[in-house]
Parts: sequence; C-alpha cells; structure tokens
Amino acid sequence: MRHIEHVMGTVFSFDIRDSDGRHSDPGPYVAEAVAWLHHVDEVFSTYKPDSAVSRLSRGEITLTGCPAEVADVLRLCESVVLVSHGYFTLHPRGRLDPSALVKGWAVERASAILRAAGAADHCVNGGGDVRLSGSPAPGRSWRVGVAHPLRPGELAAVVSGTDLAVATSGTAERGAHVVDPHTGRPAAGLASVTVVGPDLTLADAYATSAFAMGAAARDWVEGLHGYEAFAVTSSGATWRTSGLHPRSRGLTTT
Amino acid sequence: MRRAILAVLATAVGLVLLLSFKPHEVISPAARPAAVAEGTGPGPGDSGPGADDGDGDGGEDGGRFGRGFPDSSGPRDAQTQETQSQETQSQETQSQETQSQETQSQETQGGWSGAGATAGATSGEKTVTGDAADTRWGPVQVEIVISAGRMAGIRVLVAPQNNHRDIEINNEALPILDEEALSARSAQIDVVSGATYTSDGYIRSLQSALDKAGL
Repeated sequence: MRHIEHVMGTVFSFDIRDSDGRHSDPGPYVAEAVAWLHHVDEVFSTYKPDSAVSRLSRGEITLTGCPAEVADVLRLCESVVLVSHGYFTLHPRGRLDPSALVKGWAVERASAILRAAGAADHCVNGGGDVRLSGSPAPGRSWRVGVAHPLRPGELAAVVSGTDLAVATSGTAERGAHVVDPHTGRPAAGLASVTVVGPDLTLADAYATSAFAMGAAARDWVEGLHGYEAFAVTSSGATWRTSGLHPRSRGLTTT
Repeated sequence: MRRAILAVLATAVGLVLLLSFKPHEVISPAARPAAVAEGTGPGPGDSGPGADDGDGDGGEDGGRFGRGFPDSSGPRDAQTQETQSQETQSQETQSQETQSQETQSQETQGGWSGAGATAGATSGEKTVTGDAADTRWGPVQVEIVISAGRMAGIRVLVAPQNNHRDIEINNEALPILDEEALSARSAQIDVVSGATYTSDGYIRSLQSALDKAGL
C-alpha cells in the first residue's frame, strides 16, 4: 500500500509491504500515522503563528504550557547541540526553531506507529529523510538511492539495509539553507551529506550538523557510535565513513 | 553499522534514458484502470546500468517498486479517474498549456526524460499536462507523454527560475525528480533520500497529470 501526504511543508510517502499477507488493510494504521504528522505540524511549525513552538518563541507561553512532546524535542535538540559542538543549533536564524530535528523525529514516530500496529515491513519518507523498517520483500534489503546533489538525473550512491534510517542534508534540499552557526554564513565544503543509522531523529539532526561542519564532518561522524555518513563535496568528490562498506560486484559485505 | 548490512555503491547511476516505468505496478489495484492492467512492456533495468551497478541483495524478484507517486489512496484519485476519459485529455493539455503561459512566462528549456525523449516525435502518443502547483518558490508544472497506455516521459514545463536560489533549486532538484519518477526501477531502488521543496509542487503536478491520464 502506498500513501502520499502533504504536510509540514513537504511530502511524506508511506510504502507498506505485506509480503506474508498478514494485514489485509493497513489503511487505519497509515491514517493514524498521518494524523500524527499533522499533529506535529500544528505543534511545531514555525510557519504557523499559533503553533506551540511559535508561541513559545514569542514568549507568550512557557514550556509547561506546551504539549509534552515539545520538551522532549527540545531536550533532544540540546543533546545534539552538545554532541555536535554547537554545529547544530536550536536557534538557526536567531529564533527558536527545532525544525532540523522535528521532521526526522516525526518520521521516526510515524514508523513506530506502523510497527506497533503490526506493519513490520514499511518505509516512510519525509521529504527525503527515510525510515526503513523490516524488509521490502523476503530475503531482500531496502535500497535507498541518494540523489546526487551536483549531477541532475543521477544517484550518488545506493544505501541498502533493513531497519535503517537515512537522512540527507544539502544544498539540493532547500537551497543553501543550512548556516554554519559559528560564522553565520551558509555552510560550505559539502554539496550533501547522508547520515545512516538506527534512528532517524538523530540521523536527521546529525546530517544537518555534518553539513554545517563541512570537511570536518567525516572525523566527527567516525566518532559517533552507530552512525555513518556518505558525502558529496562541493567539488564532486565523495567520501564515506569506515562503517559504510562499499560493495564490489560479486562480493557480499556484512 | 553492525545492525544492518550496508553498502554504498559509489558509482553514479545514470538513469534518465532508461525507462522502465510500469504504471500498473505503482497504482494499487483498487484504482487501476483495466486499460493499463496488461501494459507490461520491456522488463525493468535488465540491460541498464542498474544491473551493472551490482545487485548484491540477490533480489531478482519482481517486487521492486519505484517511489510511489501515484497513490490510489490520495484524495484526488478516485474522483479524477472516474471522470476523466481518454478523449478529454488532449483538451486538458491545451487548456493547461494556455494556463501555464498566462501564469508563468518562464517555461523551462528542459527536454523530455525517459523513453519519451526519443519517442516524442512519433505519432500515436498523447501528452497530458498536469495542473500548475504552487510552491513557495513559484508554480511548478509538468507534462507527461503517454505511449501505448504507459507513461513514457516527463517534461517540466514550468519551474521557478526567478532568482538565484530558485535557479539552484530548479537545476538540482527537478531533474533528479525526473529520474526518480521515471527510472527508479532501473536503479532497483525503493526510495530516494535527498529532496527539495520544489519536489512538492513537482509531485502534485505529476500526480494530477497521472490522474488525468488515468494511469
């Protein structure tokens, strides 16, 4: 089953596989996940003046007046600020804006909703940030194409795996929207960076952090437990961290 | 990563000219018109770069799908597919093109991608223009060519090109999405990471064209 939902200023797509025929109709579970995404948009949107985050940013309410998940998200953001040495920021344009983490977090939770309902094999794509659950078919891994940021019509890489989060940050995502908080200027050095790991909340935030770091991101991601990165630099070169194994034809890498 | 088998195929996969879009596989049975149910056509990617780039998952199974643009559970499908007939499509095309010229003077120079790039000059094809979809950066509009009941190409008619940022988004984003919509099967991928704001409008316009075409 497929479903596409326009929410949070982008496109979310659901791909529910049912290889063993256990679920005749995943529709209700997908509807629940979609409702969740709209709830997140209502609470966290910085474009909606009445959202809790907008009101919190203006000082009209305090954190205790917000839905409980706002505190959860801000806590997550603050932990990534520490881990990323400040390259991830809660105030990217001088105002409270946890958006760089919220989308991945929302997809992660949407995927969890589907899993809890018994739809173990699915893929949720939130504007290019992807959460894979289970496998697309018996004995097969999911395959995620990484759009090449510099060469239109090409993929830069294919990442395959099961139960995996893949988040990409780069200039192709929304233009030069990621700012190096230490310089206040658009991040340079990388055209895009893709972070792969078990949790999309962190993968999304790490991808944003890594893009802001530029060349230094490689060593930084190497030091992150459980997360790997693949990047295309501004000059078109690529690099990957050591945990992402290149696969040669005829060889199986584990 | 210990938890998952990972691989990066760091070779670029050129896809644009490899068309293996099978409409009946990305539209759920509930909304699938009978006319395209049998439209199989050439097999996907067997001679394309996707095969050369390694398929270490051992999956020669037929269950590979492109990204799910046409989605029967979307709100528009049911009504448009019931009311749009094949005969109305050419009229739609003309009216939509007129509308595009009214609302957007900057038509892109982008050509066809997919097999329609070579088939476009021949007769027996039908073009269907999607609605212009407003995005933060301006309207986006695509046109698709239908050949033998299958989508054979996509052309971006209108894309934001009004300022530097829009140019960047247009140049980098829309062609990637062409590939995504048309050729995901060639690369044998399930989903694409890395996206754009403009993709929203692109997908909406493409979806509306698919709806009109009844694919």
